[in-house]
Amino acid sequence: MVERFLPSDKKREMLQKANVVTNPEYGTPPNERQIEDYIKNGIVNIDKPPGPTSHEVVSWVKKILNVKKAGHAGTLELPSEA
Amino acid sequence: MALESATKVVQALLPAGKEYVCVIRLHGDVSESRLREVVNEFAGQIYQRPPLRSSVKRRVRIREIYYIELNEVEGRNGLLRVGCEAGTYIRKLCHDIGEVLGCGAHMRELRRTRTGPFKEDTITNLYDLVDAYHFWKEDGDESFLRKIIQPMENALEHIPKIFIRDSAVDSLCHGANLTAPGIVKLESEIKAGDLVSIFTLKNEAVALGIAKMSSQEMYTSNHGVAVEINRVLMEPGTYPPMWKKHDRSEEAEE
Repeated sequence: MVERFLPSDKKREMLQKANVVTNPEYGTPPNERQIEDYIKNGIVNIDKPPGPTSHEVVSWVKKILNVKKAGHAGTLELPSEA
Repeated sequence: MALESATKVVQALLPAGKEYVCVIRLHGDVSESRLREVVNEFAGQIYQRPPLRSSVKRRVRIREIYYIELNEVEGRNGLLRVGCEAGTYIRKLCHDIGEVLGCGAHMRELRRTRTGPFKEDTITNLYDLVDAYHFWKEDGDESFLRKIIQPMENALEHIPKIFIRDSAVDSLCHGANLTAPGIVKLESEIKAGDLVSIFTLKNEAVALGIAKMSSQEMYTSNHGVAVEINRVLMEPGTYPPMWKKHDRSEEAEE
């Protein structure tokens, strides 16, 4: 399989400036968030069906997951439009 | 799609590179080798003017095609896979390929297969989402939801990262700029003017901003604004406000 790269795929080097640790008493690594919190800070990669608009899909997802607010990151242009 | 507090990261996906798969329909007959030859000419930088129905100013602009492949040909239909800069119009690309070929062409079908860090391997649909939700609500099983929903941090993978110490976190959540002493570790290729993301050492996203220094400057400096924050992503109070005496006096000297 051919690897297809976007510029951001390039391996990036880190510079370590200080040697400090983080206190486990506050904050949570993203994958360890409590489920309600995890959902409220979450992203879903949805294969949008061709009929409904993105706006409709967003409102369905809000109903399914019971969240008050949600947004989407782009729609496709339709080939049939001028 | 971003949920609740994650909505704020949507803006970070707009400038991200994309990948599309499309069907190009030629208006005449052309040999496969000629088609392939012309398609390959479109790799690299191209000129485009946004179409009539677009929200951006209609002036000619340059966009980069990172890769373009002709995967299949069937008569006058070709299957193209294109990796491109944000804001590239695939419809126009197909039209222009047709112009160069001489016979004309149009885009028949389009599917976006990648938005920045998100590819088809993490894709889901509404049915799976409904099922995952019910497994949680009815059976107490979170695992399906956790597989389908990703933390918003995943939307920032394509943006250069800067990691900060715990004591710098809460002031950023209140909108303060990030100063150099707050930085613990950072990517090496940041230039002033770049969009950057700021993370805690637990890999939580804190904020987005514009770099005011290069990585080298951030690495060697003990004072000065490193990043001007333009979007706070973390709730204030997640980390306690910790104003260390010596950090404070450094800021007062500015």
